[in-house]
Order: sequence, then C-alpha cells, then structure tokens
Amino acid sequence: MRTTFIHTLIECARADGRIWLLVGDLGYSVVEPFRQEFPGRFINVGVAEQNMTGIATGLAISGKVVFTYSIANFPTLRCLEQIRNDVCYHNTNVKIVAVGGGFAYGAHGMTHHATEDLAIMRALPNMTVIAPGDPVEAALATRAIIEWPGPCYLRLGKAQEPVVHKTSPNFQIGKAIVVRKGGDVTLITTGGILFNTVQAAEQLARQGIQARVLSMHTLKPLDTEAVLAAARQTKAIVTVEEHSIIGGLGSAVAEVLAELGSSHTTFRRMGIKNEFCRQIGSQEYLRGVYGLSVEGIIEVVRSLREAAYK
Amino acid sequence: MKYYDLATKIRAHALRMTHKANASHIGTSLSIADILAVLYESILHVDPKRPTWPDRDRFILSKGHGCAALYAVLAEQGFFPKEWLDTYCQDGPHLAGHITHHGVPGVEVSTGSLGHGLPIGCGMALAGKHDNQPHRVFVLLSDGECDEGSTWEAALFAPHHQLDNLIAIIDYNKIQSFGTVKEVLDLEPLAGKWRAFGWAVQEIDGHDFRQIENALTSLPFKKGQPSCIIAHTIKGKGVSFMENQLAWHYKSPNAEQLKQALAELGFDK
Repeated sequence: MRTTFIHTLIECARADGRIWLLVGDLGYSVVEPFRQEFPGRFINVGVAEQNMTGIATGLAISGKVVFTYSIANFPTLRCLEQIRNDVCYHNTNVKIVAVGGGFAYGAHGMTHHATEDLAIMRALPNMTVIAPGDPVEAALATRAIIEWPGPCYLRLGKAQEPVVHKTSPNFQIGKAIVVRKGGDVTLITTGGILFNTVQAAEQLARQGIQARVLSMHTLKPLDTEAVLAAARQTKAIVTVEEHSIIGGLGSAVAEVLAELGSSHTTFRRMGIKNEFCRQIGSQEYLRGVYGLSVEGIIEVVRSLREAAYK
Repeated sequence: MKYYDLATKIRAHALRMTHKANASHIGTSLSIADILAVLYESILHVDPKRPTWPDRDRFILSKGHGCAALYAVLAEQGFFPKEWLDTYCQDGPHLAGHITHHGVPGVEVSTGSLGHGLPIGCGMALAGKHDNQPHRVFVLLSDGECDEGSTWEAALFAPHHQLDNLIAIIDYNKIQSFGTVKEVLDLEPLAGKWRAFGWAVQEIDGHDFRQIENALTSLPFKKGQPSCIIAHTIKGKGVSFMENQLAWHYKSPNAEQLKQALAELGFDK
C-alpha cells in the first residue's frame, strides 16, 4: 500500500502545488521519488514527530495540503496532543499517514504494533479516519483525502498486500463498499484484513452460507446506513479488524446497533483482545493468534449460525 | 510615551479581566505587557481592518495562559470591541482562559498546552519562504515551556532550514508554574543553548522599551538564521505586590487588590 500511496501522491502533487510531504526520518525506498520530483515540498523533519505535526499545522494554516508520514504509532500516538490541539482544533488540511497498521511490523515487537490508533484517532473532533482494504482502495483514498477538507488519518498496511478489487470500485469517503453480496450474514471489515475476510466469505459460500462483505474503509464518518441495512437484511453482523476490540470498527458498529433500540441482529466483534501482544512474528501469524485468520473468521461465522439453529 | 500608555492599558485590562473572572495567570500577562505594546504599536505589520490579510506578520502566543494581555492589546488596537474583554472566562463561547482563535480576530493560533507554538511557527515561516512572502513569524514563549522537548525539536529545525523570518521571544521571568526556573529545571545558560542550536540571540531587558524596540527593529539579527530574543522580565511587573511572587500565577486580585493595583498604574478612580 505504501508504494501505491506514494505513486498516487506524486501524481496528485504534479497537478496540485498545495501538496507537501513531511516525513519523520522514515520512508527509505518509498518516498524518494517524491523528494526527487518535489524537493521544495518535501521535508524530512528528523526524528521529531511533535515538531513534524506542528510544522504541518503551520503549513496547512498557510494554505498547504500537508501529508505527515511515518510508521506504526509514531505519526499518531507520539504526537497525539499536537494532532488534537493543532491539527484538529484548527481544522487544518493535515493528512496523517501511518504505514504498518495492525501487525504489519509484527516481528518488530509491541512498540511497532499499531493496534489502538483507530480508536484514538476516531475520538478526535474534526478527524476523518480511513483504513483502505487493499492497494486499490489505498490509491482511491489518497486522492479522496486531498479533496476532503480538514484533518484525515490514513492507516495503511505496508507492502505487497493482495489486491481484492479486480476493478476500480466506487470509492466515497463515508460510504462502505459492498465487496461481496450475501443475505445470511454480514462481515464488516476495515483495513487490510479485508482480504482474509473475502477469502473466508468465499469458503463459507461453498458451505452454503452467503456472507455479505463490506469494506468499511472509512471508520469515521461511519456509513450507518450500510450498517442498518445489514442489520435489517442479514441475520448476523460480524466486524473484523486488525485492531483492539476497544474503540475501533467493532465499537463504532456496536454504537449504531445499540441505538436501534431493539436487538435486530446477532452481533460479534472480532479483533485484538485488550492486552499487549506478547508474541512477535509475521503479520499472518499474529492475526492467527487473535483468530483473524481465514479459518478463524469462518469458525466464528459457523458458530453464530449453529447458535441460531439451537 | 506611546509604548508606556499602551502597556499600561494592557495591564489595567488584564487586571480587571482577571479580577472579574476570578482567573489565574495575571503575573504572566503583566510580564509580557511591555513586549506586546512595542510589537503591536510599531513592529507587527498587521491591520485590524483586515485580520487575515495574507502579507501580515504572524504572531503566535505560545504561552497561551498569558492571553489576557493579548486580548487586551488586540482590543486596544481595534481588532474587536473592548466590550469583549468583559466576556473573558465567562460562560459561553467567549474569550477563553487560554488563547483561542475561534471567533477572535487577530489571534492566529490557539495554544494553552506548552511547547506547541514554535513548531507551528516553523511551519508558517517555511510556507512564507517557499512562497516568497514578505511576512515574518513571531512566537512568544515562556521560560517554563523551554522545558518541553517539542520546543527544542523546533529549535533544532529552524536554523537547519535557515528560517530567518522566524523570531522567538522568550519571556524569561524566572518563575514557572510551581517554583522558580532555577529550582524546578534550570535553563542556564539559556542564551548559550539557543546559540548552540544555531539561533542569532540577543538578550534584553523586557521592560525597557528602547531595548525592546532596538531588538525588534534589527531583525533578522543575522541573515540566514532565526532570531531569538531572550527578554529578561519580572513576573507581575507593574504591580508592586505581585512582582516576583509565584502566588500570582494562580491568585486573582480581589476588589481591594484590584483598586490598589490600578492605582499603582495611575488609574485612581
């Protein structure tokens, strides 16, 4: 996703002189083409995320569209108060990009597991929160947030994520993409776990369970209509996210369902338990630890169905 | 003289506002009154009729708790009606107890958590350089916020990028939130630190109008370098019983104290 992001950003920057890119001394082998083409609009601010975010605010107040770029939790949690007071309170055109959402840097250990970022960014007024499901969505999201006024958080995977969308979907901020139609159960996902979810849905279909899959690439503002439609039209909703079970997609969907007033649907959240992951390893290994593998998703859906028949 | 008159009005407003609101931070407003008077009387290229004029100089009060003084000078210069000062810290969407830009013409940036102003100032200065704009960016910091790492991140950045359109003014009143600077976290040698980071530094008496004016009219001190003015000031300056007293970081003057303070400033009514 990071390569798709940078190529898309370069294309946009050719046509839009407002676009700047600030990096916190990261981006080796990724951001160099931007630096080469737009040396006057690229700054490596050094290992200083607070300053990076403040500088971005000052540039944005001066009329620029400023991307801040780093990995894991560095561009978000390290400078959270700058994001809240500077970026969000001034409602600036700062677009925060984190590479390595979830367990993409799994072997690097706990510090590099970005597993609470969505919840924290979602809580900030004025902030739009986007986690594309595959490289196709990442490119579309990059274009969309340039045009979208105000602060945005773009949570990317890392590299070589499989492409889910064989054709370019209709991508609108705040509108879920129906990746797969189905009337039995709805699987709602955000971010790169989309691929596993679609795989699971295809295997479930062979077992006679038709799963609708929604790529909820925009976590905020949430597409409540898509959630409500799923609640009305399918028997169960399962949220799947590579993120803490607290405050992210599952919580956002639960908030919508809870305010329906009556229980229309069975609901289950899949995500990372409220704990620091004590294990390290590949992204797929760590996903499996928390049941976010293809098999894990299938198991949860089957158990819901069996419970419904009891 | 003009600076003295404006500075005295700033102090009187700040005292009345703090009294009415039963608010904190009068000492820190009094220590910057003279600097603000010179800035707004003759240094900053700003226009109260056009507060968002693109070529205006930018002023950021990074020590957002000193905002009573800034609201006062903005009202005196005509950015908004003086009656607004009565809304300071009152219920409703009015003048907040830390500087806020929402709905307040002339305020560029909202602050209140320390260490945010200089990074934002770097961004504004960078944009100005990139776009060949003539404006300068002034950031007024407290000594206490020189404890913040983010201040020093920006202090490293500005010289590296030759931001000679950026000016940091440090209100060095030697008293921070819970003690003297020397007791809490000694900053000395403060000028040496800024010089070592690559700034062109001048130290002045922050209550001597001639010294303030001389420094602010010789900017940048060195081409290609950001300028740092370390203004030695007195917390609570101008009111005898508030000067150099930590307590006036928190206390609000009662009616009797307000009367005495205003009398010392020459307002006897």
